[in-house]
Amino acid sequence: MKFGVVVFPGSNCDHDAYHALGHVLQKPVEFIWHQSEDLQNCDAIILPGGFAYGDYLRTGAIARFSPVMKSVEKFAAGGAMVLGICNGFQILLEAGLLPGAMMRNVGLRYICRHVHIRVEETDTSFTHTAKKGQILRIPIAHNDGNYTCDEATLAELQTNGQVLFRYTTPDGKDDTAGNPNGSKGNIAGICNRGRNVAGLMPHPERAVESALDSEDGLVIFRSMVEALVGAGKAFA
Amino acid sequence: MVVTSSVPAEKGQKRMATAQTEIKVTPEIAAEHGVTPEEYSRIQKILKRDPNITELGIFSVMWSEHCSYKSSKVHLKRLPTKGKLVVQGPGENAGVVDIGDGWVAAFKIESHNHPSYVEPFQGATTGVGGILRDIFTMGARPIAILDSLRFGELTATKQTSEEEAAKNRRILDGVIRGVAHYGNCFGVPTVGGEVAFEPCYAQNPLVNALALGIARKEDLFFAKAKGAGNPVIYVGAKTGRDGIHGASLLASAEFTEQSQQKRPNVQVGDPFTEKLLLEACMEAMKTGAVVAIQDMGAAGLTCSSCEMASRGGTGIEIELAKVPQRETGMSPYEIMLSESQERMLLVAEKGREDEVLAVFKKWGLDSTVVGEVKDGGLMVVKEHGHVVAEIPAHPLAEEGPVYNRPMAEPALRKETEKDWFRFAAEGTELTENFKKLLSAPTIASKRWITEQYDTMVRTNTLAGPGASDAAVVRLKESKRALALATDGNGRWGSLNPKVGAMHAVAEAARNVAASGARPIAATNCLNFGSPEKPEVMWQFSQAIDGLGEACLALGTPITGGNVSFYNETLGNSIYPTPTIGILGILEDAAKVLKIGFRDEGDVILLLDGAGGENLSSANRAKEFSSSEYSKDIANILAGQPPAIELGAEKWLIDVLVALADQGKVQSAHDLSDGGLAVSIAESCFAGNNAGANIVLPGSDAAEYALFGERGARAVVSAKPEMVSGVLATAKKHGVAAQEIGKVTRDNQLRIEYKGRAVVFGPVNALHDVWAHGLERALKLQ
Repeated sequence: MKFGVVVFPGSNCDHDAYHALGHVLQKPVEFIWHQSEDLQNCDAIILPGGFAYGDYLRTGAIARFSPVMKSVEKFAAGGAMVLGICNGFQILLEAGLLPGAMMRNVGLRYICRHVHIRVEETDTSFTHTAKKGQILRIPIAHNDGNYTCDEATLAELQTNGQVLFRYTTPDGKDDTAGNPNGSKGNIAGICNRGRNVAGLMPHPERAVESALDSEDGLVIFRSMVEALVGAGKAFA
Repeated sequence: MVVTSSVPAEKGQKRMATAQTEIKVTPEIAAEHGVTPEEYSRIQKILKRDPNITELGIFSVMWSEHCSYKSSKVHLKRLPTKGKLVVQGPGENAGVVDIGDGWVAAFKIESHNHPSYVEPFQGATTGVGGILRDIFTMGARPIAILDSLRFGELTATKQTSEEEAAKNRRILDGVIRGVAHYGNCFGVPTVGGEVAFEPCYAQNPLVNALALGIARKEDLFFAKAKGAGNPVIYVGAKTGRDGIHGASLLASAEFTEQSQQKRPNVQVGDPFTEKLLLEACMEAMKTGAVVAIQDMGAAGLTCSSCEMASRGGTGIEIELAKVPQRETGMSPYEIMLSESQERMLLVAEKGREDEVLAVFKKWGLDSTVVGEVKDGGLMVVKEHGHVVAEIPAHPLAEEGPVYNRPMAEPALRKETEKDWFRFAAEGTELTENFKKLLSAPTIASKRWITEQYDTMVRTNTLAGPGASDAAVVRLKESKRALALATDGNGRWGSLNPKVGAMHAVAEAARNVAASGARPIAATNCLNFGSPEKPEVMWQFSQAIDGLGEACLALGTPITGGNVSFYNETLGNSIYPTPTIGILGILEDAAKVLKIGFRDEGDVILLLDGAGGENLSSANRAKEFSSSEYSKDIANILAGQPPAIELGAEKWLIDVLVALADQGKVQSAHDLSDGGLAVSIAESCFAGNNAGANIVLPGSDAAEYALFGERGARAVVSAKPEMVSGVLATAKKHGVAAQEIGKVTRDNQLRIEYKGRAVVFGPVNALHDVWAHGLERALKLQ
């Protein structure tokens, strides 16, 4: 039983996701090269942050055509867990595995800093060990994190409880003051209707040790681990 | 800037851009290449004939100031470069030091000043890209970037018009975006550096980029071609017409009104390709089939091929028809001189080239065998089998002209007490001046800049920008962490280049020590005006003496760096600005020290390596006139930098390292720009707006005591029960330590001096002034 971290040309948070899962949580994890259609029997796939294919044209627009994405789509369709972080989230949007699109940050600048996000739903494999309403302090680092979608999609996301994380102020208020990039509805992360594919702009893999100033990201990876254990996937 | 078409400089460039081998070399053409008549006859002597146009181009770039160090070589020899941890000193792509457990660190700082003025975004990106390549060329994986930046004033002042200020703001914006774009996409955190503002940098901004990488000692690579018959492989981006004469014409001459016409000489960066190049090179090196490797930076294919041959004592032969090209119809001259970015030249073991080529193919990069290593020491360049250049490699790379240029000490500035800062009357409240100082762009928070950098990727950043006096990155493979700081004070350099240079070393080392790490080695970037001016050469020579003395005293040998001359526009030189990067080792990463105050009731102590001093009041005014406070409050820049005592600096460093190791202090922050008051305020701000109640002893003028910038001092805070231990450690190292106050949580910063509160106010209000000072100067708020 193991995690897979996809490596696109230009991925640069691949090693960080690997470190969080493999070294901090000590779970089996492997890199998967983007040219490969073989997911190597992984039980959950992470699409890491970075600038896949240089993010030329549009973030994630080229990466979605990588051979590995064909397999990831099938994998997701079968109900298995896929988590996209930052650039990985952008790729999932481009691939149509999650609804909506990304625009440039309001202010048109790259932003790297710790933000606060609130856990909105706890009935997913990515959030079930968190408390509803729990505030996580996790860094963002992106140019294009201004999530948008049409009103019908937004209504659907809300009705189906697909908004997993929202930007808030440090004390948990829904407020534009807590929203770093202008995203619609302060959305920081969402999941699909099947609740097995999720994406978020903040980097939980950068908040997994006290030396890094926060361990709040661990709850997401722990949830994934517990979900696999619960599904009878014993870790080797 | 108005672009006219009839100026000679442009005519020269046009001719060069279309140069073909049939162009006959004349003394006039040689002069247009920046080759002097003496240098030209030296070329004739080496070749035993006249050069053709391609050969002239090759000599002109290799012998340019930027590539050959012809004016600085005689002085650079005086720098200390040896030490027991130094694995590789100056002369390779980067300096290398031993950091224990079989690991080594490669690091170097380099300037990209001229291109960043002509085209700020691309100039800055390629500056970062170039220094990163220097690091991974050595086989070291880059783990951190720092940037030392200098710009003109952001707001209109007596010396700066609003139009100029607006231009300075645009240059800053372009440079920051460029640095951010390259580092962020490449995936190495930009963890620190400094930014300062002075009018002299308006037409000559300084962009000095430092990169740090790590490797196993046995995995280091060097740029020495070996083994006749071994294939020479070109890898990375295709060669285009960009950046031709970037090093020779752009970086080796001063600016005039026509400088904007040099935009085509600026290289264009692609961090995505460089990221692929990094991963592919690291993988190729692992195959064991790579013999030597060098990046193509300044002077491109010319420099990489002849330097590798020269260092290896071999010859090299290249077939230009095999070089991957982005454009059609490029002449040999253009291919050899192109400075297209993200390219490498490597030598592989004969018979194993396919292993190397396969790795680059996997990463989607061009890689082609373009030639081979030869016996005999000749660099032979062919195009479709015809020889287009044939030059002995060693004389080309190593026997360029060396100048001991004339030096002249500038006439002594005639100053009297009237020119110096006049201290406010005793009892004057200084809070408003303090706020003005906190909002000055040089002092104010740089968060607006550093938040545009990815400071955390690779999850090793223990102290990013502003958290500690130095940037601190851990080594996941060991218990240790590395600390890095860059420093340089142009104002002080202008008043006294030798003492200014010594302060730059001392402050960088002090910053490293304030993070808890022991300073072990240095890299330098020497930014000066035209070496053809005797006054500038004198400044340079003085600065070298200062650097040498300070590096020797503090045990930080110089392992590399670069020299950037010709930082002047229309005859005006920048302040002599040596930028020093110092690397330190923190034995236990968990013991990293940060600047922020922590708990209420913690005791604040002032450490002073010099133990106070007895300057006459006239001398106090004289040295205070060179301070940031004097500049911002009284618009005075005069006098002398504070006197420096290297022994005191060393003692303070030893105390800081010992205190960190013994876990005796909660925070540490050195005193530098803005003196004690600014240091205390920054520790409050970094401590979640902690308060501080300070009672400062002393009999000097209040402004001198609060804002003076004398070195060898730091502020630490400690739990009350640890204070006696802190005092004991300080005493053991001969450093004066005194309790000056307590950390509070009442949102008040209060500094009492001679029985009066001279600076006080709510911390959140002071924080606002400091936190948004830069954005306000940039007119974003």
